[in-house]
Amino acid sequence: MEDRDTLVNLYYTMVLIRRTEEKILELLLQGKLASSMCHVSIGQEAVATGVCSAMQPQDYLTSTHRGHGHIIARGGDLRRIIAELLGRETGYCKGRGGSMHLVDVQLGHLGSNGIVGGHIGIATGAALWSSLQNDGRVTVAFFGEGAMTEGIFHEAANMAALWRLPIVFVCENNQYAMSLPWTHATAEHSFARKGEAYGMPGIEVDGQDVLAVRQVALQAIERARRGEGPTLIGAQTYRFLGHSRGDPSPYRDKEEEARQRARDPIRLYQEHLFREGIMTQADVDALEAKVAEVIADAVRFAEESPPATLDSVLEDVFA
Amino acid sequence: MRRIRYREALREALREEMQRDPRVFVIGEDVGRYGGAYAVTQGLLQEFGPKRIIDAPMSEAIIVGAALGAAVVGGRPVAEIMYIDFATLAMDQIVNQAAKLHGMFGGQLKAPLVIRTQQGTGRGAGPQHSQSLEAWFAHVPGLKVVMPATPYDAKGLLKSAIRDDNPVMFIEHKGLYALEGEVPEDEYTVPIGVADVKRPGNNVTLIAYSNMVHTALAAAQELSQIGISAEVVDVRTLAPLDMDTLIASVTKTRRAVVIHEASVFGGFGAEIAASLQERLFDILAAPVRRLGGLHVPLPAHSQLEKQVVPGVTQVVQVVKEMIGAEVAVRSTSA
Repeated sequence: MEDRDTLVNLYYTMVLIRRTEEKILELLLQGKLASSMCHVSIGQEAVATGVCSAMQPQDYLTSTHRGHGHIIARGGDLRRIIAELLGRETGYCKGRGGSMHLVDVQLGHLGSNGIVGGHIGIATGAALWSSLQNDGRVTVAFFGEGAMTEGIFHEAANMAALWRLPIVFVCENNQYAMSLPWTHATAEHSFARKGEAYGMPGIEVDGQDVLAVRQVALQAIERARRGEGPTLIGAQTYRFLGHSRGDPSPYRDKEEEARQRARDPIRLYQEHLFREGIMTQADVDALEAKVAEVIADAVRFAEESPPATLDSVLEDVFA
Repeated sequence: MRRIRYREALREALREEMQRDPRVFVIGEDVGRYGGAYAVTQGLLQEFGPKRIIDAPMSEAIIVGAALGAAVVGGRPVAEIMYIDFATLAMDQIVNQAAKLHGMFGGQLKAPLVIRTQQGTGRGAGPQHSQSLEAWFAHVPGLKVVMPATPYDAKGLLKSAIRDDNPVMFIEHKGLYALEGEVPEDEYTVPIGVADVKRPGNNVTLIAYSNMVHTALAAAQELSQIGISAEVVDVRTLAPLDMDTLIASVTKTRRAVVIHEASVFGGFGAEIAASLQERLFDILAAPVRRLGGLHVPLPAHSQLEKQVVPGVTQVVQVVKEMIGAEVAVRSTSA
């Protein structure tokens, strides 16, 4: 049984991701984001939260274009995240990267990436270096199921299993690669068999169940740390909103959407916490108030920060 | 001074950097047991072991990706892509990832990665093994592009590339591996971003890089016999480009020919020619000329291959035309 702090922290993280992304959408509609390229992960919070909770401070991760959740779950500084989206010099990328390029090297977050699957190579390389140095670190590569049909996934999975690299491949299967359903993208839908084909365990998990995700991630990360090689995790989840702004997802069945929304990972977990007597409605209300305060502070910080400059872009072309 | 081959000079650079810095390692196809498709890494597996000379599966994208990831967290990898043609299989990792990480992430990450590869004609290797693709990479901000012509430069530039904190495309030429040249036994490096005057002259500047430096030198020798003094400038690094040295030379000679093996159309010579003409138009005695390959899929047929890329005869001919045309104009106006 997990201790109460851990359980409450999981809830806090999921709510922080949800409310932050709701705020980001609001800022987007107000025209305050420096770039309109922005993909939210509402509905998928349990995956980022469960996996990151299973990582150690020295571990690495790489993230995707839908990466707000990963950096928040990793403990990223919300002030620098919002500042980045608002195009401020105090942002993680000095305001030039925006939503798709959040990064915090101090936290072992090696960057979210605009190319589907592109960062899986970087994750594999970080794991290769850990293996060569025997430094005990594990790398987590987050990606969507869309990345699994990219060539780089195949090359990375093959290499990682071949060399038993300390990496965990976490597929957040939100069922749609933009508009293309997973069932129309590949013939083999079993993560167990996909993993097996590369010579690594493939484990499917309910991505709406944060505790289940955490358990699977703990095992996979521990296995990687023992030098036994990679694991492919297929976390079944759902993107509650469209691919990006301006996508009402007409390609999805409305009944399916309703059915999936009924499995909101935050509500499911809240019910669990209530049932187990770990949190009360009053606790939840207090937590929501705290989250609102943290977000308001981050927005205030960002709005008071100086804007990004072209000079600093020019300075950073080469190291 | 002792003379060694281009491939030996490269091997020495790798060995010395691996001895100096335990973070340096090599990863690529057939770099270990086979010793490299062009024998550059021969013997290094025995010397440094399989954790530092890593034979990778045939997966160009992940070879570059893995090297890049290792670079980001503290390694100093040298990834070998056997033929530059195969770099097309790793373009996302090179162009969208390696080149972008530092700038895109606001300077938080560094990617001290060398991608060693080779290109060019001379072995009848055909359209998928002989291309000259340097212009693609020079066009990408965040990449350095190095193209040594001599054993001395190959060694000194590879050492600099390994010590550089940025991704470097280190493009060798398959026709140069057996070339011998003077290489000192003492430690030295050649800085990235500095062109080199390989032969001084006064009447025309022949601007070249990689194997075409030798074509230019042979042409300069031939031109000297008819009283034309040609200066040969080896660009050595395309990015960053040392325009100062090129401008100094052409300011003196007032004529320039840019020579590369890549096709002229859209080639890097256009960049050099345009930059020279923008800045030196008023003093040029003739338009800057470009000489390069024909814009065709390269034939594997050895005799046809030779006809596709520029040779000494064409260089001499172009210079004669430039100087002859000028003489003709002068005599008309007189």
